[in-house]
Amino acid sequence: MEGILNTLTNFISADFRTAVPLLLCALGLVFSERAGIVNIAAEGLMLIAAVSAAIGSAYLGPWGGALLAGVSGLAGALIFAFFTITLRANQIVVGTAFNIFAAGLSVTLNRRFLSGMTVTGYSLRPIPGLSQLPILGDLLFNWQLLVYLTFLAVPLLQFMLYRSNLGLKIRATGEQPRACDSVGIKVNRVRTGVVLFSGILAGLAGSYVSLGQASTFIEGMVAGKGFMALAVCVFGNYTPIGALGAALLFGAADALKYRLLTTALGSYYQFLNMLPYAITVVSLMFLSRHSNKPAASGKPYIKE
Amino acid sequence: MQHATEQATAAVPALQMKQITKRFGHFTALNQVDLSVNTGEVHALLGENGAGKSTLMNCLFGLYGQYDGTIYWEGAPVKITDTQTAIRLGIGMVHQHFMLIPVMSVIENVVLGMADNHCVLDLKAAARRFTQLSQTYHLALDPWVKVEQLSVGQQQRLEILKALYRHARLLILDEPTAVLTPEEVEGLFDIVARLKAEGHTVIFISHKLNEVMKICDRCTILRNGTVAATLKISQIRDRKMLARLMVGDETDLDLHESACSVGSQALLEVKQLSCRGDYGQLSCKKLSFAIRPGEILGICGVDGNGQRELVECLTGLRQAETGQYLVRGRDLLNCGARQLLKCGVSHIPEDRLKYGLASGMNLEENLILADYPTPAFARWGWLRSGRIRRHAQTLCQRYRVRFNSLKQPAAELSGGNQQKLVAARELDRQPELLIAVHPSRGLDVGAARFVQNAILTMKQKGTAILYIAGELDEVLEMSDRILVMYEGQFIGQQTRAEYDRTQIGLMMAGTPLS
Repeated sequence: MEGILNTLTNFISADFRTAVPLLLCALGLVFSERAGIVNIAAEGLMLIAAVSAAIGSAYLGPWGGALLAGVSGLAGALIFAFFTITLRANQIVVGTAFNIFAAGLSVTLNRRFLSGMTVTGYSLRPIPGLSQLPILGDLLFNWQLLVYLTFLAVPLLQFMLYRSNLGLKIRATGEQPRACDSVGIKVNRVRTGVVLFSGILAGLAGSYVSLGQASTFIEGMVAGKGFMALAVCVFGNYTPIGALGAALLFGAADALKYRLLTTALGSYYQFLNMLPYAITVVSLMFLSRHSNKPAASGKPYIKE
Repeated sequence: MQHATEQATAAVPALQMKQITKRFGHFTALNQVDLSVNTGEVHALLGENGAGKSTLMNCLFGLYGQYDGTIYWEGAPVKITDTQTAIRLGIGMVHQHFMLIPVMSVIENVVLGMADNHCVLDLKAAARRFTQLSQTYHLALDPWVKVEQLSVGQQQRLEILKALYRHARLLILDEPTAVLTPEEVEGLFDIVARLKAEGHTVIFISHKLNEVMKICDRCTILRNGTVAATLKISQIRDRKMLARLMVGDETDLDLHESACSVGSQALLEVKQLSCRGDYGQLSCKKLSFAIRPGEILGICGVDGNGQRELVECLTGLRQAETGQYLVRGRDLLNCGARQLLKCGVSHIPEDRLKYGLASGMNLEENLILADYPTPAFARWGWLRSGRIRRHAQTLCQRYRVRFNSLKQPAAELSGGNQQKLVAARELDRQPELLIAVHPSRGLDVGAARFVQNAILTMKQKGTAILYIAGELDEVLEMSDRILVMYEGQFIGQQTRAEYDRTQIGLMMAGTPLS
């Protein structure tokens, strides 16, 4: 009995650990997608943020790491927004270029600033009282600050997207920018705003990869998590709550992989490594219900 | 207090636009246009396609940001550089293509972008206000349904209510009747009358003279970006005069009909054709008819009685269930569109943007859409650009398509010019059978006559023509013979000599002649 329970809690906490960066990044992507911007640069943003976080932490401590990650995400998003919104360049092309650029930059930064440095990770902050609860305490109330914030952000952002004036504007901008223009909404201002927001969240998500899941930076450690976050966003049907479900599912796939690696199936580890990605592809295939995909997704807005 | 200001404003015009000039690059769309609209009147803005009606109104609504000239609003000069300013002043606009978001609810569309929204939206309170407002104007609309579930007429009402909800005192209706069925048009006229009664000012953009004569007080006529005249409707005795002012002296406004020999053998024969509509209902029920070369057969009927499905069967866009479709004796039933094109069937479709043009492609490409694989335009799979360009030049000249460059996408043309482009391509193919659906939809008087005359020329050359249009007058004018369609069946037939509007009207409503 104890053994099963242990396995289960281990499994769930592994799930959470994988899900957090995906979810955090996806929350930002939900907003930018809803405003009509496919921020495919998320991968690169996370990668640069991961190395920035490690650098910040090495020189200034974990808080400095978080700050630097957020700032780097913001700066990257600013570049992306300038090209895609101001210059109306193709979002996929700019995003891909940015990702390639980020892969190189992160390596350079790592070798220049991190060789021989010790990186301190985010520390666990057990919630007094609640973390003493049997089983649940350790599972839910013994995490880093960023994890609590991520999960708390879900209902908050859901409410904002569907009930607030700003949320309505954002959704409308992605559907029919011209209609927004006709009622006096500054389309490109809204879009720039959400891209910057998604940049900050992608930055924090990146910082969790280097400071939360590990306490170090390894080159290429983001390993497609930005793209996974895009898939989470789509699979979550472009809503924060949906993204939560999707991120937990993908996290579970990842946790399952690690669990299976220790069993007799472990010798097929190449196939097991594919598992989260295979689940992503298959789950997207079955996504046929009413989609919230914005009508003007990926299209630059050209004012007459 | 309120009354005092209202009386003061009655003395000065609600809106004056003086010396408005708007250029796009080297093209002058508006040249020193003056417009004065009195409080509480319905003022028509008349003009051909591309005369500058919409441009002038877009300036007024702040959609362009920049213009030369001055706008006086209730006597005071204002600078309208964005839509927010226009809305704050009390100007509302119902665009020709609705500015609505289909996946959102009615009430979300209404409150979208309003300056006095709170951070957290109170949609329930907004819905209460909206319902109250819609009751005042007798425009019942459920605030909670999604816009995509509304009919076109309801969407237009929503646009009007959206403007009223923002306290608009001047409403600009940009070609509001273009998308409506005749019944919906009547409904719209009632709304306009009610708006006027409530003290609102309305600018009514149109090129349909009968509508303008019916509901407007005054009209300003634009031609090529300048004001041709401003008139009181009561002063107008002759509709022809209005048309003349709109199109200028050079344009031909008459139909050129001359006797032409109608062949004796049917060119098109349709026998017992049945097909199903989008929802599986039987929408054409064993239709039989024939058209001889040099004959125009008109089909009358209220929209939605199977005309669209019939045309789609004849043009290869819909599978027929049973029947025969013979062109010169060859059965073409359920052939693909490509095969039909080869057999000399041309089609001016109902919806030019959906079926008539590839709107993102340029004019040259659009003009060869039906014939690109033929040796005239392609050799060994390579397009012959020189020939294609010359072809486009000739056609655009002959059909008077106004364009900036042959390389510009078709979407950039005005609606009327798009229609001319489709007509040019389809008529130039020298078809044996022409299926023309609403060929003059969205065209001004001059351009409509032009297309109709082009069709009559085809008729003289011996083309068999199936003619479907929304307006009965138009069908009767063009056709040698008409069939009345009701609920997927032909309910009656009349030849030109025996046309009787009352009888046709009755048949359209479903009463067969005994």
